[in-house]
Amino acid sequence: MKNRMTVVEGSYAVAHAAKVCRPNVISAYPITPQTHIVEDLSQFVADGEIDCEYMNVESEFSAISALIGASATGARTFSSTTSQGLALMHEALFNASGMRLPIVMTVVNRALSAPINIWNDQQDSISQRDTGWIQLYAEDVQESADMTPQIFKLAEDKDVLLPAMSCMDGFILSHVYEPVILLEQDLTDEFLPGFEPEYILDPGNPMSFGAFADPTTYTEFRYRQEEAMGVALKKIEEIASEFNDIYGRYYGGLVDGYMLDDAEIVIMAMGSVIGTIKDTIDMLRKENISIGLLKVRSFRPFPADAIKAALKNAKLVVTLDKNISIGKNEGALCTEVKACLHNTKLRVPVIGFMLGHGGRDIPIGTIVNIVDKAKAAMRNDSFIESEFADLREDME
Amino acid sequence: MKEIRIHGRGGQGSVTAAELLAVAAFEDGKYSQAFPAFGVERRGAPVTAFVRLSDKPVRLRSQIYEPDYVIVQDATLVDVVDVASGTKPEGIILINTEKNPGSFNIKTEAAIRTLDATKVAIDIIGKPIVNTTLIGAFAGVTGEIRPESIKKAVMERFPGKIGEKNAEAIQAAYDLIGGK
Repeated sequence: MKNRMTVVEGSYAVAHAAKVCRPNVISAYPITPQTHIVEDLSQFVADGEIDCEYMNVESEFSAISALIGASATGARTFSSTTSQGLALMHEALFNASGMRLPIVMTVVNRALSAPINIWNDQQDSISQRDTGWIQLYAEDVQESADMTPQIFKLAEDKDVLLPAMSCMDGFILSHVYEPVILLEQDLTDEFLPGFEPEYILDPGNPMSFGAFADPTTYTEFRYRQEEAMGVALKKIEEIASEFNDIYGRYYGGLVDGYMLDDAEIVIMAMGSVIGTIKDTIDMLRKENISIGLLKVRSFRPFPADAIKAALKNAKLVVTLDKNISIGKNEGALCTEVKACLHNTKLRVPVIGFMLGHGGRDIPIGTIVNIVDKAKAAMRNDSFIESEFADLREDME
Repeated sequence: MKEIRIHGRGGQGSVTAAELLAVAAFEDGKYSQAFPAFGVERRGAPVTAFVRLSDKPVRLRSQIYEPDYVIVQDATLVDVVDVASGTKPEGIILINTEKNPGSFNIKTEAAIRTLDATKVAIDIIGKPIVNTTLIGAFAGVTGEIRPESIKKAVMERFPGKIGEKNAEAIQAAYDLIGGK
């Protein structure tokens, strides 16, 4: 495997992955730290390496709007954005999912203003949780690249037809150079068939998309979207296996465990912090601490059953969130994990930690401190619901 | 795993140096990871870049706090940045300067090595662009990466005459600092 690898920037690996998926229309507006992805893609189009319409637009709102139109005509569509750009798309994200348009977007996760901050956290995509988009989170550059054809296949499945975000941590993954296998065109052609939707905008056969729905039908549109998310839960697993059959790489389906089977303490997290957690777990295991990891790949659809099954032996669950629902003092993963365990016989405490906001670095020491607090909580002398990790005490 | 921290100023190619080290180490058969201390880059401002080299795939994503090696591209940074932060007794700090290692008042148990990379770069490349020269010296001082792999990485990144000149500077720096 190593001899097929090459050291490239994360952004290049993902732009290359998008290229071999043969999108028909790309529209994006450059914004840090997504910029390198769209620069690379526009270069591919300009150099004629890909037969694709690259639409230059004046904002992210126009980018997503252009792709809604393009997707409705039956085009395979791709975009990439982050932070304020994703926030600007918010209104149209609902249109894309309500119209069942399988637009694929790589979200390069970044903090939101104010104060202005260009660094990584996951507040941007988490804040789009309820827009009806699928959201998958990648651990490293290879998974970010590999997620791209997987998510096209998922979004375009005729029983799913939902737009989808492939999320990678800004800078940490977008700007890192590391060895990856660039996705092969022939394998990708084998894995990902062409997009052939049943219903398209066609002047020869006029129909409307997203037209008026009054109280007698609107509810059923939402119900169908939810039903499609349920289908996506199964398809994510299937597609991950099919990907493994063709490319020989597998990252788990909805979730993935690490040193999980006998673990009393289970850390749950999403994105690039997974690698640092794995190294921390290796270290703590040497000190005979019974600890494991449950990596969450799919946040929407939320894999409640897979999580419940994976946590059946856990004595304590620790969630890590690079976001916060201000006013709840919790990150989204924490809230959702608690909620999915409530109506079960599993009585396992869940403690949430919020960290890595606005690019604050997450060294092994941060994870170790969190585990120490969790262990104290297990002894029940200092139980906490959720708190910020690594808060500075020298700032008034 | 070996960890390298590169201190430079915006425009000196610190991030490119990190990238080239990662490419060269991978060419040598190691796994590698290179990334900048992401900032709002401005020409002349202090910047930091990081490299990890390992026999196994690198999973750790944090910045580097206890480097095995430090490369300082501009000696004036020693007065503004704690370049020795977290260094180990067996570590090495490589500084681009015409001065002797003993002339620096840096609190560290790590060895300090110096090379006038600016002179080498001006003499051979014709410009005071020191990043490639310094990673040649890094190869000579540490033995972590073969100079041939660094030259190959540089030639691929900068094809043609520019790459050749840089490769020449890399070899010169490697020889000057006593690489073998």
